[in-house]
Amino acid sequence: MTRMTSRLAEPFGSLIDRAKPITFSFEGRSVQGFAGDTIASALLASNITMISRSFKYHRPRGPMTMAGQDGNTLVQIGPEPNRLADRVAIKEGLVVKGLNYWGSLERDYFALLGLFDRFLPVGFYYKAFYKPRWLWPFWEAVIRRVAGLGKVDVHAHHGYFDKEYLFCDVLVVGGGPAGLEAALKAAETAGEVILVDENASLGGSLNYARFDEVGARARVERDRLIAALDARPNIRVMTDTVCNGAYADNWYPLVKANRLYKLRAKTAVFATGSYEQPLTFRNNDLPGVMLGSAAQRLIKLYAVRPGQRAVVVAANDDAYGVALDLLDAGVEVACVTDLRADPPPAPLSAALLKRHVPVIAGVTVYEAEASAGGRGVCAVRLAKVTSEGIAQIMGDRFVCDLIAVSTGYAPTSPLISQAGGTFGYDEASAMLAIRSLPADVVAAGSVNGAYALDAALEDGRHAGWQAMRSQRLAAGDEPRLSAEKGARGITWPFPIFSHPRGKNFVDFDEDISVKDFEHAMLEGFEHVELLKRFTTNGMGPSQGRASSMPAIRLAARHAKRTIDETGTTTSRPPVTQVKIGHLAGRSFDPVRYTAMHFRHLEAGARMMSAGLWLRPEFYGDPKQRAALITAEAKNVRENVGLIDVSTLGGLDVRGPDAAEFLNRMYTFAYAKQPIGRSRYVLMTDQAGVIIDDGVACRFHNDWFYVTATTSGVDAVYRSMLWYNAQWRLKVDITNVTAAYAGVNLAGPNARKVLEKLCKDADLSKDAFPYMGVREATVAGIKALLLRVGFVGELGYEIHVPASRGEALWDALMIAGKEFGIRAFGVEAQRVLRLEKGHIIVSQDTDGLTTPWEADMAWAIAKTKPFFVGQRSLEIQAKQKFARKLVGFEITDRAQAVPKECHLVIRGTEITGRVTSIADSTSLGKIIGMAYVAADQSEPGTTIDIRVDGGAMVKATVVKMPFYDPDAARQEL
Amino acid sequence: MAFGLIKYGLSPSYPGKRFLSRQPELKSSYDVVIIGGGGHGLACAYYLAKNHGVKNVAVFEKGYIGGGNTGRNTAIIRSNYLTPEGVAFYDESVRLFQGLSEDLDFNILYSERGHFTLAHTDAAMRTSRWRAEVNKHLGVNSEVVDREDLKRLVPTLNLSEDVRYPILGALYHPPGAIARHDAVAWGYAGRAAEMGIEIHQGTEVTGLEIENGAITGVVTNRGRVGCGKAMQAVAGLSGVMAKMAGFKLPIKTVPLQACVSMPLKPFLDPIIVSGSLHVYISQGSRGELVMGGSTDPYPRYQTKSTLDFIEGLMAHILELFPFLADVPILRQWAGMTDMTPDFSPVMGETPVKNYYIDSGWGTWGFKATPVCGKRMAETIATGQVPALLQPFRLSRFEEYSLVGEKGAASVGH
Repeated sequence: MTRMTSRLAEPFGSLIDRAKPITFSFEGRSVQGFAGDTIASALLASNITMISRSFKYHRPRGPMTMAGQDGNTLVQIGPEPNRLADRVAIKEGLVVKGLNYWGSLERDYFALLGLFDRFLPVGFYYKAFYKPRWLWPFWEAVIRRVAGLGKVDVHAHHGYFDKEYLFCDVLVVGGGPAGLEAALKAAETAGEVILVDENASLGGSLNYARFDEVGARARVERDRLIAALDARPNIRVMTDTVCNGAYADNWYPLVKANRLYKLRAKTAVFATGSYEQPLTFRNNDLPGVMLGSAAQRLIKLYAVRPGQRAVVVAANDDAYGVALDLLDAGVEVACVTDLRADPPPAPLSAALLKRHVPVIAGVTVYEAEASAGGRGVCAVRLAKVTSEGIAQIMGDRFVCDLIAVSTGYAPTSPLISQAGGTFGYDEASAMLAIRSLPADVVAAGSVNGAYALDAALEDGRHAGWQAMRSQRLAAGDEPRLSAEKGARGITWPFPIFSHPRGKNFVDFDEDISVKDFEHAMLEGFEHVELLKRFTTNGMGPSQGRASSMPAIRLAARHAKRTIDETGTTTSRPPVTQVKIGHLAGRSFDPVRYTAMHFRHLEAGARMMSAGLWLRPEFYGDPKQRAALITAEAKNVRENVGLIDVSTLGGLDVRGPDAAEFLNRMYTFAYAKQPIGRSRYVLMTDQAGVIIDDGVACRFHNDWFYVTATTSGVDAVYRSMLWYNAQWRLKVDITNVTAAYAGVNLAGPNARKVLEKLCKDADLSKDAFPYMGVREATVAGIKALLLRVGFVGELGYEIHVPASRGEALWDALMIAGKEFGIRAFGVEAQRVLRLEKGHIIVSQDTDGLTTPWEADMAWAIAKTKPFFVGQRSLEIQAKQKFARKLVGFEITDRAQAVPKECHLVIRGTEITGRVTSIADSTSLGKIIGMAYVAADQSEPGTTIDIRVDGGAMVKATVVKMPFYDPDAARQEL
Repeated sequence: MAFGLIKYGLSPSYPGKRFLSRQPELKSSYDVVIIGGGGHGLACAYYLAKNHGVKNVAVFEKGYIGGGNTGRNTAIIRSNYLTPEGVAFYDESVRLFQGLSEDLDFNILYSERGHFTLAHTDAAMRTSRWRAEVNKHLGVNSEVVDREDLKRLVPTLNLSEDVRYPILGALYHPPGAIARHDAVAWGYAGRAAEMGIEIHQGTEVTGLEIENGAITGVVTNRGRVGCGKAMQAVAGLSGVMAKMAGFKLPIKTVPLQACVSMPLKPFLDPIIVSGSLHVYISQGSRGELVMGGSTDPYPRYQTKSTLDFIEGLMAHILELFPFLADVPILRQWAGMTDMTPDFSPVMGETPVKNYYIDSGWGTWGFKATPVCGKRMAETIATGQVPALLQPFRLSRFEEYSLVGEKGAASVGH
């Protein structure tokens, strides 16, 4: 028969609003639904039963769980790939397409693959295509094209997503009967309870399942619970919200619309319920085969009649409730086949008996017959259940367009597993059951084994009480747990039936059938994890929610072991699909501006990243980059320049042990450093490798202001704290990088500029010599003055509170105008310092550079008892070192100019590389630093540098510094 | 349709003989015991049998084969390293990988995609040039490319300058590839077993027997076995195993996380790595995006995923490919990496005689599976450490003779 689905009259359809029709398109067709419909329910209401094509064989698929638990309803929504049609609400104008077809959804040429399944055994791609090797790229392209599901639109707009932090005393996940009771109980004494449910409406199974003959109880219980909830203002209800993972320390991502809430809960109650499990028989994936609970959801929530004539497959009393609901919805129930040989008397089956529906016990659906084109079910064939997973075909054939399966459940375990809870197999109920829970996590309802409604309600109250007990705030005595839990006898222990013609699917996402498992195990992939990985079972979109348990059952049967011995696979976050945009949010990436940032922009600076900071690379039009850098450098040499050095690290080290502390942290000696003087600092790690440098300025006996590199300061600071946690010296260490703004005023006119603005310090050469430091007032701002020489000219670093940085900059630029002051950027500074032979740590050093290699033996104190790296440096001093950092020059202008990191080559050997290079206008030649072999390091040695294109350029090793070797200019 | 599949389809006895043989009883002793049934241990076993005829070998795996980092890594294969020692070593691995499907008669889905290490800072551009120059010197195909090249080679990449870290250029390594990681472990296991190697899953080594400074046997949860030689290849648990053997390793075990998206139709061929953004991404043959970043910020012996990691990773992925915002993430996981101070592995001899080590694989172990297996097999069989492995000896740490690969290995695993 041909399947017919249609919309039912009220009172069915608790979620839809018939007053609000909504039109969207599916596969180019206009479809109408109502507000509250999901795409899947609206399609079924319009008698569109096939939604997508499967991954491997491109088989037609339709909704199976109506709860977002299967991959059958994956669709493309505009530019959004792989969305679940049974989870996404319809909106006016949505453009929806089915997935994974070549041709059309209706006529998919790749569906022919199903005919060749014997040639596509499990793991077929491991067994073929690689000989001859040259053909593999062709096959690979074919495989890639056929695989994959949705399409990415590379021009798609990056939509808006954001994040919010939440905190609560108790988080309850799941708004079914147990979750509602848990929230209510906890709210009696909790400050704030957050109740999260992924559905549009609270109530869980109370919204769709049937608990009594007339089908009235669910409504009564739901109304009672919702009324109680409304009276509790300290319960925050979040519907349409998915708790998508459980991370350490009760840290939960909640996804709602375009927002990711990050929730820290004191205690979490998981009332996540259970997944109804499919039954494996031939053609069990056809549209029209669905879970009993899916049929109930369609009828009750969306007023969709899921078919005209149904066969219900039962292994518990809930199935009879499904049959009753189908009858109430006007669906003819051809028969109920009950897998159980002797179904025990139960209220719903008794009720069904009165409706004259034939019940056939001890029988399963053996295969579904496909209607034309395999797009639906037209009949079922039955078989007698003879032993585990084996059934004997009978003559019976029932015409139907719907097969509703209610043969068992599995606890919705992912959140509990991710939180650290463990599950074990309970033979009595043929389901997993919780073995242990971590602290501050409670489980309630069917996930905790309480399947009967009374048991779930009671278990919820108990869980709410428990949640507050763990916070020592429980209300009253421990609630009693008395009701029969109802877990036994509701799950058929081996819901998988073999069929000689196969197509009896265990995993719908990946089209894995029983024989695929059997073959994989026969090939030796018997370990449950190997079986999963080889068959790709559970690795698809639904992550094994329906397929992992059957796979374990098959593996256990094959190995003749128990389920517990066979083991389970691991649950990993996220629980269900979460968009990359949700996780990314608004993508805040910290960026640090110095106090003078906007002055640089106003001056036309080209900014560059330096760690998190932005610094001026140079000022002016990028097209004239080289000329501008040269001009900036020249102005420092000839007049005066100003550079923003606020990004340099600043560390305040104060206390009676400050000098001793620096003695241990740095290679130089600081105990006898005079007050008012600065001294170079070089830091090595325990292996003797250079990791940072700067200067230490001693302003008082117990106070050093230490600078560090822009990119290194955070690590230096961490390392200082780490070491002093062990040394316990009497020092306070503070990272004051952001507290100060700093500039370097450098050039022969620097003193003249500063003198205009600084009246409370004697700036003369004798009173404030090179390497001196002073506290003084500059332009009315209290400042630290450092006479430094990084660029090799008379220079003052001026450090002021960051809030006054801009004022300082302005005052200096105005005062310097008459002396030709000009701002200079990082590039000019690099050239200037290179001329002076100063290294930049991490550019001229790498992860292995020692002070010996960098020719910095002068910075190593010989008589100190200890510093970090000392032992390594002493050992290395006795070894021959292979390389050395040297200065070089290239005077032959006809040669190509090497770039940084071009290699120094000798014969076939790499002996080093260029670390810094510049065309020095003040010197009229190319200068640079390079690592060379130790025996190439003598000044005068010629080295070969290989440049782009492979040509060799000759350079000469020279002694550094290149510029002003007597340092006369900086000591002016 | 490929011939192989027709053969399988028409064979009446399919699946015929087992690919992975049944687990035998433990013998009382073996010539060689390999501790750890990941890709490395299995590869070593395979080459011991194939290249050296050493077949009285047992591989002990406490879980299931390939279940550690072999099955958790993101399967990137490349040789664009920084040091001549590293480049030569990984280059041999790439060459072995290229012929591995045929060698193992098992398709490891080796897929040459091209590998881009994006540079967002001038420092990163310098490192790119350094690597390219060293690579070219040793005959490895690597090139520095600029923004214009990138526009052509990776048209979907966001090259806007209006982002936090604009892309300046990249190191392009055309031979960069991905493969199916499980298949590598299974292929080696299947073929090793075929030659008589015993693979014992569910067999945990709980102690070592050392007499006169030499290994004589191992204690397992299934009993004691004697051995002439032994090798540990246990990744994140290297330090624990070394402690059993009585020596210390300069290794910290740090978790490394990764994730995959739902499968998508192919749109991204190359492997894209960004050191500044701490991300890498490739699209596997099933269509899923495989994404990862740098290791967790602190050492731990555990494999728990964190929200923090995936939030940061996805934010940076969207900086490179903003159109992926609506793509759903499917799964997130973690492995334990054994990180060395110089970002290079530790292979070869140990202070215990006849006890060999294969560790320090940090985040770069998968790509070295064939070469490490082959050369460690040579080491064990001949007692001579080949020149290719010499630079990676354990004693290099006390000799201050490190192989500094941080610039090439810290993110672009």
